[in-house]
Amino acid sequence: MISVPELSLVVLVGVSGSGKSTFAARHFAPTQVISSDFCRGLVSDDENDQSATPAAFDLLHHIVGVRLARGLFTVVDATNVQYAARKSLIDLARKHDVLADAIVLDVPEEVAVERNAGRPDRDFGARVVIRQRKELRRSLGKISRDGFRKVHVLRGAGQIDQAVISYEKAWSDKRELTGPFDVIGDVHGCRAELETLLAELGWRGLSHPEGRTAVFVGDLVDRGPDTPGVLRLVMSMVAAGTAICVAGNHEQKLVRALAGRDVKVAHGLQESLDQLAAEPPEFVESARAFMDGLLSHYVLDEGRLVVAHAGLKEAYHGRASGRVRSFALYGDTTGETDEYGLPVRYPWAEEYRGRAMVVYGHTPTVQPEWVNNTICLDTGCVFGGHLTALRYPERELVQVPAEKVWYESVKPLGGPVRDAVMLDIGDVQGTRHVETRFGGRIKVAEENAAAALEVMSRFAVDPRWLVYLPPTMAPSQTSALDGYLEHPDEAFAEFAEAGVTEVVCEEKHMGSRAVAVLARTPEVAAARFGVTDGSAGTVYTRTGRPFFGDLTPLVDRLRQACEPLWEALGSDWVALDCELLPWSAKAGQLIRTQYAAVGAAARAALPEAVSALEAAAGRGLEVSELLERTRRRAGNAALFRDAYARYCWPVDGLEGVRLAPFQILACEGRATALEPHAWHLSTLALLDSPIIAPTRHMFVSLDSPSSRAEATAWWESMTAAGGEGMVVKPAAHTGGRVQPGVKVRGREYLRIIYGPDYTESLDVLRKRFLGKKRSLALREHALGLEALSRLADGEAGWRVHEPVFAVLALESEPVDPRL
Amino acid sequence: MLLTISTTAPPATDLGFLLHKHPGRVQRFGQSFGEATVFYPEADERRCTAALLLDVDPVALARSRGKGSPDFSLSQYVNDRPYAASSLLAVALADVFRTARAGRCAARPELASTPLPLEIRLPALPCRGGPELAGRLFAPLGWRVTAEPVPLDEGFPEWGDSRYVRLTLDGTVRLADALNHLYVLLPVLDEAKHYWIAPDEIDKLIRAGEGWLRDHPERDLIVRRYMGRRWTMARAALARLAELGDETEEQLEPAVAEDAPPGRTAGDEAAAAEAGAETEEPAAEPAKRKPLNTQRRQAVLETLEELGAVSVIDLGCGQGELVGALLSRPRFARVGGMDVSPMALTIAARKLKLERMPDAKRARLTLFQGALTYTDKRLAGYDAAVLMEVIEHVDPPRLAALERVVFGHAKPAHVLVTTPNVEYNVRYEFLTGLRHADHRFEWTRAEFAAWAEGVAARHGYRVAFRPVGEEDPEVGPPTQMGVFTRD
Repeated sequence: MISVPELSLVVLVGVSGSGKSTFAARHFAPTQVISSDFCRGLVSDDENDQSATPAAFDLLHHIVGVRLARGLFTVVDATNVQYAARKSLIDLARKHDVLADAIVLDVPEEVAVERNAGRPDRDFGARVVIRQRKELRRSLGKISRDGFRKVHVLRGAGQIDQAVISYEKAWSDKRELTGPFDVIGDVHGCRAELETLLAELGWRGLSHPEGRTAVFVGDLVDRGPDTPGVLRLVMSMVAAGTAICVAGNHEQKLVRALAGRDVKVAHGLQESLDQLAAEPPEFVESARAFMDGLLSHYVLDEGRLVVAHAGLKEAYHGRASGRVRSFALYGDTTGETDEYGLPVRYPWAEEYRGRAMVVYGHTPTVQPEWVNNTICLDTGCVFGGHLTALRYPERELVQVPAEKVWYESVKPLGGPVRDAVMLDIGDVQGTRHVETRFGGRIKVAEENAAAALEVMSRFAVDPRWLVYLPPTMAPSQTSALDGYLEHPDEAFAEFAEAGVTEVVCEEKHMGSRAVAVLARTPEVAAARFGVTDGSAGTVYTRTGRPFFGDLTPLVDRLRQACEPLWEALGSDWVALDCELLPWSAKAGQLIRTQYAAVGAAARAALPEAVSALEAAAGRGLEVSELLERTRRRAGNAALFRDAYARYCWPVDGLEGVRLAPFQILACEGRATALEPHAWHLSTLALLDSPIIAPTRHMFVSLDSPSSRAEATAWWESMTAAGGEGMVVKPAAHTGGRVQPGVKVRGREYLRIIYGPDYTESLDVLRKRFLGKKRSLALREHALGLEALSRLADGEAGWRVHEPVFAVLALESEPVDPRL
Repeated sequence: MLLTISTTAPPATDLGFLLHKHPGRVQRFGQSFGEATVFYPEADERRCTAALLLDVDPVALARSRGKGSPDFSLSQYVNDRPYAASSLLAVALADVFRTARAGRCAARPELASTPLPLEIRLPALPCRGGPELAGRLFAPLGWRVTAEPVPLDEGFPEWGDSRYVRLTLDGTVRLADALNHLYVLLPVLDEAKHYWIAPDEIDKLIRAGEGWLRDHPERDLIVRRYMGRRWTMARAALARLAELGDETEEQLEPAVAEDAPPGRTAGDEAAAAEAGAETEEPAAEPAKRKPLNTQRRQAVLETLEELGAVSVIDLGCGQGELVGALLSRPRFARVGGMDVSPMALTIAARKLKLERMPDAKRARLTLFQGALTYTDKRLAGYDAAVLMEVIEHVDPPRLAALERVVFGHAKPAHVLVTTPNVEYNVRYEFLTGLRHADHRFEWTRAEFAAWAEGVAARHGYRVAFRPVGEEDPEVGPPTQMGVFTRD
């Protein structure tokens, strides 16, 4: 029986003809085995071309390295009879922090020679085997000192044939423990506070009535008043199976001191030594053995939770090496020391992008704060701070204050970490695949990300506020009705066909799409969004730009208007999807340079053309058709002018600006965007303020022809009066390939989009292609919901930013802008 | 889309011979984007008027363009081409009146070579530069020019005038010359062409301008505008995002302009465009001395040499002028260039001749896209970082992120920051507002110093300040530089 670690590098050792490949094929999956012959073939087209050997090993090392980096069990099939060959593989394993085992296949020389003779491609004769065998025999005696975790030697064909491989889990692998857990920060001999905290957490003696497991992040000992008491309690809990504990740097040092090693007695070690000296030697010995046996980290709950004393970067999770242990015990340092002579810590958590939550201690801070799904629970109890526990998976913090300052700190406790929302270029650049819970994995092409990076960094609001970007919305399928490009019939038919029974029709205001993120107070904004400039909200466009140069007056008014929501939602902040009116407030320049200009040119040119043609007709020239057409176009130009002018009204400061919210995107702990529209509309109806414009709407039962007819009549009357049209949405969130909503725009309004004379060429325009727009709408919608869900779950800033950025990137794809 | 040409030279109906179009007929000519019709609203002995009506089909116009067109955006659907006298009209005119434009007339050869009393009317002529520019272009050619601005929208008088004028030209001019004037000057006034500018465009200009263009006082402006701005890169993505945000395209000009930048800062846009490819500054005085951007680059290079920097990264490298200068000095063993604009980087790669760069030089250079609001490992490991005219393009609330990325994470031994000194702006005669449309702020010396000293204190740097450009005793230098050195 050969037992190898689940994640390890297994190095086969044996002469040519010893049966390594046969052995590997029998015990391992073909993809797990990387053979030197195979690599030699890849780089030379000849598996036996010895001149290609250096290149072949370069390739082999590369493949093995990539596999180990990705956490894959790997077997190397090469002779490896020389020390140098084995050493380079051990180094490779260490570089990736995995263990290496060797399996030696030791067959008699004649068996190997005979096997090689039977293979026409191995015509190198017996002397090569003899040389290799000599090298192997020389190695065998000391191979166990090469640096392998274990060397498994199989002697003779019999042992080789009968070998069975089994796998052992890494010691740190406790993925099967799914909690719930109470993770407890650095205790440092504060037994009384620990007992109070456990009681606060609901523990009764050594167990919790709900079957919770305590997880200690290490540093149980030193500095505090009762290290033996703490050890006794934790050891009993561990023995009872209700607690696990990782090693801290203080345990590590205390063990060495107890073992009589020469250590510098400082940082509260003396207290432990003194207190333990008063204990019976049996206890001291069992405490030493307990501390000596502590692992440096655990991977828990199917890999979703990692606990290590000083934290652990993702590449080290579940790995084993000296530097993994050192990171877990002492943390990452920059190699510099600060003015207190303490090592300067490297902010690994800021760069942390792993999916597992990492909980740790080691660095005392005033208040625990989440940094990219990691949290430090050391709140300096022994220095007079608090003892802190994290309830997992609830993510609740429970604290008890220190009874007194047990030990003076050399430096003040760390302040709050405010760099937590620092985004890295790696979070957004390049081709990306964003996992979404409502739309699967969504790809963002590199060039789209590049375009979005420019827009995001040059124009967008602070990413801490930018928690959502609205998705694009497709129009309804093209109508065949005479005179119409879009009509409600197609929208109703589409949703009915998808199995939707009720839809809501919401008036489109023809404003500018706006997202408002509002906090009750600047303090709430600071706590929830990490913005410390005193702002309490933002209003941004669909590309993330601030709506106005100075947003404060608008934000203040909106916060005031939203007062009723705080209670209704049980939240101190809210994100709203809205339209900001009038269109001219933001789009004034666009209207003037584009729409008004076209209208001006048309109104200047067409009447003169009409009068020239009339004069020609008066002379008896045959221009009647052209005259008729030009008159019609003059009429269209007037309608076009009315179409845009309707949405323009003068705005003086904020006077005249109105916001029409139609959906509550998120509030504390909830991605409310998933609520049915009836809830949104009724909740938003609580708002009663001159700055809020209500959204007229109508629910339609698709089974009822009269209900459909009523909504169609409503749309007709709105659009005949020049209204933009309406949006038709399934009344409740519907997954799958069903559009979250389609817009049905009015006939006159469409002149702004398709040009004054579009009604003259409807047949051509009906050939429009909607597929890409509809696909984009679905993907962006899924990304939007993902961003809101991550926000509601309290995920790290970069996790919220990722799907938001992806929406902007997708929006840079060229799509017919009239859709 | 309407052009009328009238004459009062008796017998006025001879205009029909000159134009090769019979006054009693209505003639239609197919054009690529619609149909041109020639007819005569009036035709008697005293006065005869020919009308060219170009009926543009906007759908056909939009559909004729691929996605790669430089303006794949809404403006190609809702645009003024069906109404305004643009290059479409110029092309139609050249086509329909080809023989007349060549000055040939078999029936009345002497008339073709004689200046005639003509009146030309264009009811909607796009005129970038204002009605006054129409006068500057047509008056030297012998026309009395009446250019009335067309208001944008009578319902919104506060919006002011549109870019169109109702143009009437009166004069005694040879008909062929008149047609050539229109053919060249319509697209010049519009400053836009509907077709790609091909290499033979210069030949067309020389032919059409024969006899009048060479001595025209505005010749340079005419030639430059006629040839158009040659955008070699499609700006489709940026333009599309602009529209979603209800922004106009003009506001989205890349932070770097290719070739001639549009004149936005100086009163006379021609002067700004001619001042050079790279300058953002308006010309303060006759351009005898070195342009400010050259002086600035010089100052940065000298400072870097003084500091003994061996590896340098230019953050916000734009088109790579500084990167090129660094590469040409072997003492800079490693040179980085980062910009947020993929377009700027493409231009930089072309200008630096990246494809053909010798290996040894190429190995010294790293050019990549990045943004100063995102931490980035690639920024670390240089002796010095340069932020040359970059911070003023960052919104003030995002400066803290830039600060952490550069001073907190990349942490080079030296950081050079240059930015305009706003106090100096009073010395720019034509300047209104900031020096560049994309500047989010411009600081006084005191404001810059306050920011720089705060940054230095927070991140363990010392900072010294140096003037760039000639220092004015009252308002200081045009550009200010902060030299940060890590303790």
